[in-house]
Amino acid sequence: MSEKIELTLNINGRDHAIKVEPRRTLADAIREDCGQTGTHIGCEHGVCGACTVIVDGAPVRSCLMFAGQAEGKTIRTVEGLAKGDDLHPMQQAFIDHHGLQCGFCTPGFLMLAVGVLEREPNISDEDLIDVLSSNLCRCTGYQNIIKAVRAAAQEMRK
Amino acid sequence: MTKPQKFIGRSVPRLEDRTLLTGKGRFAADVSFPGQWTMRVVRSPIAHGKIRAIDTSAALAMPGVHAVWTFADVAHIPPIGFRLTGLKTLEPYRQHVLANDVVRYVGEPVAVVFAQDQYAAEDAADAVELDIEQLDAVMQAIDEPGAFAPGLNTEPDVVRKSYGDVDAAFRDAHAVVALELAVGRHTGVPMETRGAIARYDETRDVLEMHGAAKVPHWNRANLATMLGRLLDSVQLYEGHVGGGFGIRGELYPEDVLVCAAALHFKKPIKWIEDRREHLIAANHSRNQTHRIRAAIDKDGHILGIDNEFFHDNGAYMRTHAATVPDLTAAMLPGPYRVPAYRATGHIRLTNKTPCGTYRAPGRYESTFARERLMDAIAAKVGVDKVEIRRRNLISKSAMPYTLGLETLGTHIVYDSGDYALLLDKALKAAGWDELQAQLNARRAKGEKVGAGVAMFVEKSGLGPFDTVRVTVKPEGIEVVTGVASIGQGVETVIAQICADTLGVDYSGIKVIHGQTDRIARGMGAFASRVTVMCGEATRLAATKLRAQALEVAATLMQTSAAALDIIDGEIVRIDGAGPSMTLAALAQQVPDGLSVEDTFESTHMVYPYGVHVAAVKVDAETGSVTIERYLMAYDIGKAVNPKLVEGQIVGGLAQGLGGALYEEFLYDEAGEPLSVTFADYLMPTAREVPSSTVLLTEDAPSPLNPLGLKGAGEGGTNPVGAVIASAIDDALQRPGTVTQLPITPMRLKALIAAR
Repeated sequence: MSEKIELTLNINGRDHAIKVEPRRTLADAIREDCGQTGTHIGCEHGVCGACTVIVDGAPVRSCLMFAGQAEGKTIRTVEGLAKGDDLHPMQQAFIDHHGLQCGFCTPGFLMLAVGVLEREPNISDEDLIDVLSSNLCRCTGYQNIIKAVRAAAQEMRK
Repeated sequence: MTKPQKFIGRSVPRLEDRTLLTGKGRFAADVSFPGQWTMRVVRSPIAHGKIRAIDTSAALAMPGVHAVWTFADVAHIPPIGFRLTGLKTLEPYRQHVLANDVVRYVGEPVAVVFAQDQYAAEDAADAVELDIEQLDAVMQAIDEPGAFAPGLNTEPDVVRKSYGDVDAAFRDAHAVVALELAVGRHTGVPMETRGAIARYDETRDVLEMHGAAKVPHWNRANLATMLGRLLDSVQLYEGHVGGGFGIRGELYPEDVLVCAAALHFKKPIKWIEDRREHLIAANHSRNQTHRIRAAIDKDGHILGIDNEFFHDNGAYMRTHAATVPDLTAAMLPGPYRVPAYRATGHIRLTNKTPCGTYRAPGRYESTFARERLMDAIAAKVGVDKVEIRRRNLISKSAMPYTLGLETLGTHIVYDSGDYALLLDKALKAAGWDELQAQLNARRAKGEKVGAGVAMFVEKSGLGPFDTVRVTVKPEGIEVVTGVASIGQGVETVIAQICADTLGVDYSGIKVIHGQTDRIARGMGAFASRVTVMCGEATRLAATKLRAQALEVAATLMQTSAAALDIIDGEIVRIDGAGPSMTLAALAQQVPDGLSVEDTFESTHMVYPYGVHVAAVKVDAETGSVTIERYLMAYDIGKAVNPKLVEGQIVGGLAQGLGGALYEEFLYDEAGEPLSVTFADYLMPTAREVPSSTVLLTEDAPSPLNPLGLKGAGEGGTNPVGAVIASAIDDALQRPGTVTQLPITPMRLKALIAAR
């Protein structure tokens, strides 16, 4: 075991001062050290995307990043999407289109889709499917996720 | 006056969603207790071997490590028992929670490390030294059985089911069609890995396990027995569950280990599986080879089917015991009239991960075998594959249809169905005739395109009972049940049924499930049973509660109960005159409150059915398959929430496609698993799963419950392997080409080259 390091993570606009081993993943730090358990861990090898968060505006796999690498960056997780009781258009679209069943992969899909649409609001349908194929869902068969994200994209462009 | 709002049959939004969408879900890994220890399992790296020694000293010396257990520490704990289809002959093949002297698959737990956190525990687990003498591995279920233990071989039993005179059918046959067919080893792989957190409350003498799923009451009873505790001193708590699909929530060694350790060390013990562990340690499924023959007359009518199959159950018999081969044997006849039938299912053990059920267990396999057989009969007789099915379908007038077979302790009686009608509707909706013309034209230009059709009968609503308690509370209605939620929308659907029956809004109903301290008994969530069994129990309890409420209100409101109605939670006079009062206000005036518990019992399952139609394009260069059209017709009896039913069916399709084209647990000859990450166990993504059409019909409500309910969970998965195989055969214009699933690019290229 190695010496712990002190660092500060900024998650959803709030600073968390934590002390972790250098090898600690960002996903573990967000969940265990900062108590934000909405970000889920599905494979720990960067394939399933359940742990997707937005770091400095880009969706990233938080299981493939060390906590130390995220210091000084802006981290957004699913807990920061809604504004009080007002859901983000992406969250509302997932309700409207039955885009979730068990809900385990959902935070990762939300952050992936929001992150991409904020950067590319006019992304084509084809490119959108390519983006969404980077995360895994085992319940929905994806069709309702695709519908939800397309609907939210329209809403976000307004 | 206003009419009560109806909820059954409406696609209302789910009550579950908001919590899950805002990151407030509570999955197993989200549960933590102060002072908890982390458990890490040390797993066998050898497929078959004799344990000579386990050296834990280096691990114990590492910082943050509290203890290491091997078999000697848990020798007093019996092996895990059977939940379903438990045959006496299978008992010597049950799995102990840690391996004793022999390991039988890569991934078998041989030791557990307890440490201060996950990182320390994983480091220490790596430092546990295993000295294992390698033995020969049995890797193929179709090979001659080998040795399991002294006096026991690797074929613990043979499932035999039959009716009619099969030998006479084959003797008198115009022709016989024979096939050898194989379904690959794959499984549910929920996105949440398994997890269990146990803690022992010494002051109350209660052992708690959090992270329970699927069958909390059964697991609680068995944990209590295995650990020598009174039932009431063990409580299980289900949180959010990240997918089930049959495999999550069965009682596994790790569940028992966290509980035993919490009792022993008097510390909360947390275990969260990693993905590699999941792929080698949680139940696998599906791995079967069928040698199937049909005796037919000159028109292709089936006279008899003889189905011998080899079921690869992996290294041990787990909680499902003979369930999958039993269902395979019993469900194979499907929607067709089969006058004589014989199934001989060899249960075989191999040095691979042990198996259990996976969505549509025994049906994904048997539908593949049966529908391949139907296509082969069509080719033999020289008629169209739709026509051969029509000729053999059980007619509507034959319902209810007694099959003459048993499974899961029930006689199989198809309760209702109009199979021919659904076939017509499916073909029409899929544009079958125009599709044939289009495909012919494209094939004439050299494209490899084709269409397939597959039919099936599902089963659902397994009893024997479900109990529900409905209570009017000041803040709303509470429904407590012993079923479980694995993400399918239980809370919404049960609330809809309760709301309709009582006359309240569904969104004010709280459905509590999977908590053993809230209701004495419950059957859990499997076999597409929840909406049928718990739904009807809810309707019964709510009906009684409504009657009770109206009786009490009638006295208070100085009228008769018959003159009253409940509309949106308000008790009103039907004539619209006079005062009204809310159900909640009424409950506060009743000394014991308003609460009714009732039970629905059923000794027969209910049988939904369906038709899938697929059109595919094969790329001969790459061996890849593109699905151009996919339609699923399914008769559900009565859909409580059509949108959720469609969600089940479309989600089921994705898993069916996984088994048809991509997913397979491969091993090398020594038993080393080759599919241990998501980079080599390939699950379909948004790219692979096509858009599809669901045709939901309600032509055959079940006569076994007043709402006519049948289950929705497995009809999207059941025939997918079969229909994709049929479509690929058509694309290649070579009937009978596909005999093995999954149809990977490598296999398909080999099939094309073998011409």
